[in-house]
Amino acid sequence: MRTEISIKNTKSKFLGKVEELSGESIYACYQCGKCSAGCPSISEMDISPSEIIRLVQLGEEKEVLNSKTIWICASCFTCVTRCPKGVDLAKIMESLRQINLRKNVDYVSPLSIPKEILSQVPQIALVSSLRKFSA
Amino acid sequence: MSRIGVFVCHCGLNIAGTVDVEKAARLMSNYPGVIYASDYVYMCSDPGQDMIKEVVKEKKLDGIVVAACSPTMHEITFRNTVASIGLNPYRCEIANIREQCSWVHQDNKEIATEKAVQIIEATVEKLKLDKSLVPLSIPITKKALVIGGGIAGIQASLDIADSGYEVVLVEKNQSIGGHMLQLSETFPTLDCPQCIATPRMVQVGQHPKIKLLAYSEVEEVSGYVGNFKVKIRRKVSFVDWDKCTGCGLCIEKCPVKVLSEFDEFLAKRKAIYTLFPQAVPNKPVIDSNNCLYFTKGKCRACEKNCSVKAINFEQKDSFIEEDVGAIIVATGYDLMDKAEIGEYGYGKYEDVIDGLQAERVLAPAGPTNGIPYRPSDGKIPKEVVFIQCVGSRDPEHYYPYCSKVCCMYTIKQAMLYKHAVPDGQAYVFYMDIRCNGKGYEEFLQRGIEEDRILYIRGRVSKVFKDGDKIEVWGADTLTGRKIEISADMVVLAMAMVPSQGVKKLAEKLRLATDEYGFLTEAHPKLRPVESLTAGCFLAGAAQAPKDIPEAVAQASGAASKVLSLFSQDVFYHEPIIGSVDEEVCVGCGNCVNICAYDAVELDLVTKVAKVNPALCEGCGACSAACPSGAMQQNNFGKRQIFEMVDAFTKG
Repeated sequence: MRTEISIKNTKSKFLGKVEELSGESIYACYQCGKCSAGCPSISEMDISPSEIIRLVQLGEEKEVLNSKTIWICASCFTCVTRCPKGVDLAKIMESLRQINLRKNVDYVSPLSIPKEILSQVPQIALVSSLRKFSA
Repeated sequence: MSRIGVFVCHCGLNIAGTVDVEKAARLMSNYPGVIYASDYVYMCSDPGQDMIKEVVKEKKLDGIVVAACSPTMHEITFRNTVASIGLNPYRCEIANIREQCSWVHQDNKEIATEKAVQIIEATVEKLKLDKSLVPLSIPITKKALVIGGGIAGIQASLDIADSGYEVVLVEKNQSIGGHMLQLSETFPTLDCPQCIATPRMVQVGQHPKIKLLAYSEVEEVSGYVGNFKVKIRRKVSFVDWDKCTGCGLCIEKCPVKVLSEFDEFLAKRKAIYTLFPQAVPNKPVIDSNNCLYFTKGKCRACEKNCSVKAINFEQKDSFIEEDVGAIIVATGYDLMDKAEIGEYGYGKYEDVIDGLQAERVLAPAGPTNGIPYRPSDGKIPKEVVFIQCVGSRDPEHYYPYCSKVCCMYTIKQAMLYKHAVPDGQAYVFYMDIRCNGKGYEEFLQRGIEEDRILYIRGRVSKVFKDGDKIEVWGADTLTGRKIEISADMVVLAMAMVPSQGVKKLAEKLRLATDEYGFLTEAHPKLRPVESLTAGCFLAGAAQAPKDIPEAVAQASGAASKVLSLFSQDVFYHEPIIGSVDEEVCVGCGNCVNICAYDAVELDLVTKVAKVNPALCEGCGACSAACPSGAMQQNNFGKRQIFEMVDAFTKG
């Protein structure tokens, strides 16, 4: 894949937004991969957690925001507790979800959930799900 | 008849576990010439040595064989033991029955014992013919020569001179200081190299014990440790430095402008010039290739304006000779020429510069006062790409080694660029980032986090010009992408190579170099500042790529080696050297040709070989090459070797 990098990527609004929302320094990441190595949900992800950070560093907005990974992340904090540089990846994942949701686009829309499921799902799970996935 | 004692060591179970040491001692006690033989658990221990001393005295022994480990381990121990009670140390021999017997024959004890006895017998036969030798004492000239006036040479000179010995410092340029004076700032503290180096330079210039020979080169070296004779060429400067006051008027009036080597061809200098304002000595030289008088026969503006009449167009090279006892080689490094790298533009793009050029571009006292204008059009570059490992770590095309300092100076340069151009972006293409020094890793993290240098893991495949941009094609192996950057300027961290001319100098000093021309140390771990030529020591990047603290540490190490040599009045040399039977020698000269140390020569009058005992390292090559048997090694005579072979083959 060809990627052109310029000052537009490294000083992009997107990168600034991620840092502003998460309060984390994207450039603090070593790219050591320990977050990916220990992530319990990685088998469901399309892009590994460390690669998500790398793509943010490179300003690859579309690819990051369209990834499944940011939604799969359960905020279990395994990566956060183990990161040698103290980068709070859970916050970064949350900021990426927020950037999507603030465009008023649901990842999971309440209306799209079939009624038969709605009647079976525990309410607390439903509420959590909508908090995380809907705008 | 000899009175020899044999002492067989168990070395715990190292020997006794395989060799029947008691049997060996018993058999040896009946051997002709052997008066006494016994075994002991650790011969090298104090009780073991005491036993040897008592037996030597009691039995009036005239020589001993210690059957133990390799002579490289304890030969010196046992020789000192017998010397302490008045026996000549060269009448003590070691029979190696550990490395050459017990360790390699653990599966067959019987054969091991038999072989151990044979080794001891052969050693006894050698000992019977050993002469009592006395070490040679060689007087020492307590004056040192330091070649190279960079930071390593400066440090070594000051250390030796401060200890009270005289130093001759030879520098090929017209000022000392070396590459350090070209640098912008130094990692990881970002302090100014000129501020920390110039006080040292001034100390060198003022030191009563240091004779500074700038604009000079070593022409010839002869002699040996303690007694070198050095011929030094003082290159013609066309300026009488004794008269010159360093006022600089000649430089001001010179009409010629040429590209400056000190500014890495990014700025101009005059045809009469000093390297930089703080030069030591602060005396100019005339570049006769560009001077109008030398090229066109007119001008002489410098001469007309010199109030002390120091300009002398008739001046010639002059030579001086110095006697010195030790030599420190601190000839430093150069950067590989960027014109060798085709894929990065063969050096033809003005805005693709090398590491030292980047130093000048960023130096506060550089041609642009530290503002990073790019060379082609003087614009401030908004996007700068730094490429590491250019020529280094590329065994297929250039050099396999790591140049060691590039990772760090690239961080520094990217950081300084960002400090000068806060709205710019610095990219660094790297393979690995090697920050193995005090405060180095922290410096890298500061560069990435605070100055937001974007590190991209991958080598750049191609750099080419597109309009006024430099296109860079690289890769990010962390994401597997091909990366393209349109840069305004590219900095190549070129491989460090030994400075030009070091190979010739190494030949003059008989120093070994590796295949790239870096000087080889005597032992990579335990003798890192010594060369294999006695009396010659190494300092700085001439030995391998090094940063400033390392070069300075090695220079102090080399200086302390010189000082320990100078702390003795005479230098003792091992007497196991070649010696000639002048009655037998036919003067064929085989020995002269084979000697790697230039220690043998043919006497002009008598036409026989003569060994210089101070130069001879006792390798034995001359003895092997001699067709008539005239050349023999002390205590390794041909007769002794034959007796040893007989002892091994008699059974």
